[in-house]
Amino acid sequence: MARSINLDKKQQTIYGWLLLLPAGVLLSLFAFYPAVATFWSSLFSRGTRRRAAEFVGTENYTALFNDPTFWVVVKNNLIYAAATVPISIGIALAMALWANSKIPARGFVRTAYFTPTVLPMIAAANLWLFFYTPDLGLLDQIGGLFGFSSVNWLGRPDTALWAVIIVTIWKEAGFFMIFYLAALQTIPEDLREAANIEGASRWTFTRRIVLPLLMPTTLFIMVNAMINSVKLIDHLFILTKGGPNDASKLILYYIWEMAFAFFDAPAAAATTVIVLVVLCTVAAVQFFMLDRRTHYQ
Amino acid sequence: MSRFLRHIEGAGAILLAIIWISPLVFAFWAAFHTTSDAVNFRIFAPWTMENFRTAWEGAPWLRYFLNTFILVTVVLIGQFILTTLAGFAFAQLRFPGKDFVFILVLMQLFILPEVLIVENYAMVSRLGLFDTFLGVGMPYMASAFGIFLMRQAFKSVPVELHEAAKIEGCSLLGILWRVYVPLARPTYLAYALVSVSTHWNNFLWPLIVTNTTATRPLTVGLSIFGAPESGVNISVISAATMMSVAPLLIVFLIFQRQFVQAFLRTGIK
Repeated sequence: MARSINLDKKQQTIYGWLLLLPAGVLLSLFAFYPAVATFWSSLFSRGTRRRAAEFVGTENYTALFNDPTFWVVVKNNLIYAAATVPISIGIALAMALWANSKIPARGFVRTAYFTPTVLPMIAAANLWLFFYTPDLGLLDQIGGLFGFSSVNWLGRPDTALWAVIIVTIWKEAGFFMIFYLAALQTIPEDLREAANIEGASRWTFTRRIVLPLLMPTTLFIMVNAMINSVKLIDHLFILTKGGPNDASKLILYYIWEMAFAFFDAPAAAATTVIVLVVLCTVAAVQFFMLDRRTHYQ
Repeated sequence: MSRFLRHIEGAGAILLAIIWISPLVFAFWAAFHTTSDAVNFRIFAPWTMENFRTAWEGAPWLRYFLNTFILVTVVLIGQFILTTLAGFAFAQLRFPGKDFVFILVLMQLFILPEVLIVENYAMVSRLGLFDTFLGVGMPYMASAFGIFLMRQAFKSVPVELHEAAKIEGCSLLGILWRVYVPLARPTYLAYALVSVSTHWNNFLWPLIVTNTTATRPLTVGLSIFGAPESGVNISVISAATMMSVAPLLIVFLIFQRQFVQAFLRTGIK
């Protein structure tokens, strides 16, 4: 490598490791060690004052799998992911196609789409409280105009999770739109001209040319959206606190609750390990499979 | 026909925009009205500042603002230093073990600090950093994302500049500071915007490691203020929400273009 610096090999090695040291220390303290420690402590029982924690092998996992709440939470999170990932990607795509085409008031439209992204999730949840409050909330007022009876959106097991899902979609669609907008701007203009000459309709052009070219972006966004479906839980603290009856509880909230409300560290550790395994699987799939299939050029 | 469709699309785009912005607009409007006017949707009701007065007196907001500001600054400074050093090593030096370490760093993109709250909390307590700004900020300082970003930025610096500085007698750190850092300024700006907006809005981790007014950031303060147990009404919550999002929102509306560019720059590479 000609561009490598004219230091000798030994010096480069010393400098290299020295420069990495600060970041390496922090990464070890707050990522690698905790990941290993989580796995380790998931193998021990919960220590009490009288009895120290002892090695129990997979017992915590068995207990977790036998806990009906765990499965409710897993199911909730799967629904949460299955709804927020495709819907927010779909809306983001529509937003980007619109914000990129010649429509009136484009500046306003772009700003409106993107604004929720800069708000804290806590603030977003506060805004949405207005819509969801029974009787007083806007949704009920609008429903009332059409003769629907009042619904306690956040207090009913069959609607609470969906109320939470809608806030997430609202929050992240505008963010994903940005990535699509960037990708759209790299599509060369001559492709459009060629399509016009061939007499292809705008719809055909979008479906046959634009969408395939956006595939790598879509995958990138999809991985982000999947990570978000684990990460974005702040609004639960305001809107539902996981209730009613665990109907809107998501995994990360469940971990927080077990660790910091019920002080059941082994259960929290076992759940964390499962989440980490899932995340690493997502990472592996992205790195080794999907990445290759979508790069044409 | 296609013109007609185009009009429908334009209408759809604007309708979606109105739906998207309406929660914010409505909360803004409600913040300036009494609760009964707000929930009964009396559009022409008189405006009032009363909610802001009540909200302002209900919590130490100034302190929360200051805390958030300090926190965001601490995180950003830490990130700049650590990611610059590591990014430079990955970009321009050759040494055994580099590729392996780089993969380890990339793994952190998926081992989210958010998921490791339990052990990170234990670590922060062990280091005696519970309820300090450093404790809130430290898990985010060695950001894998930032290291990756800086590595990309440094890789695009022409090697001639490096060699010229070398001939002038610059040390390795001198070259990093005088050649690479200035040339990567746009990347720093972009990263700063993303980092600031992320940490201004962060909630779960600060909720866990802060315990007093002296360190609690805005988001945590807002959640405590708006909790149902505290019994404040919805117009006052709106006012408090507006107050706490105002700084970032105003900055965003002014620097919208740069903001979006920044997100693009960091996202695409």
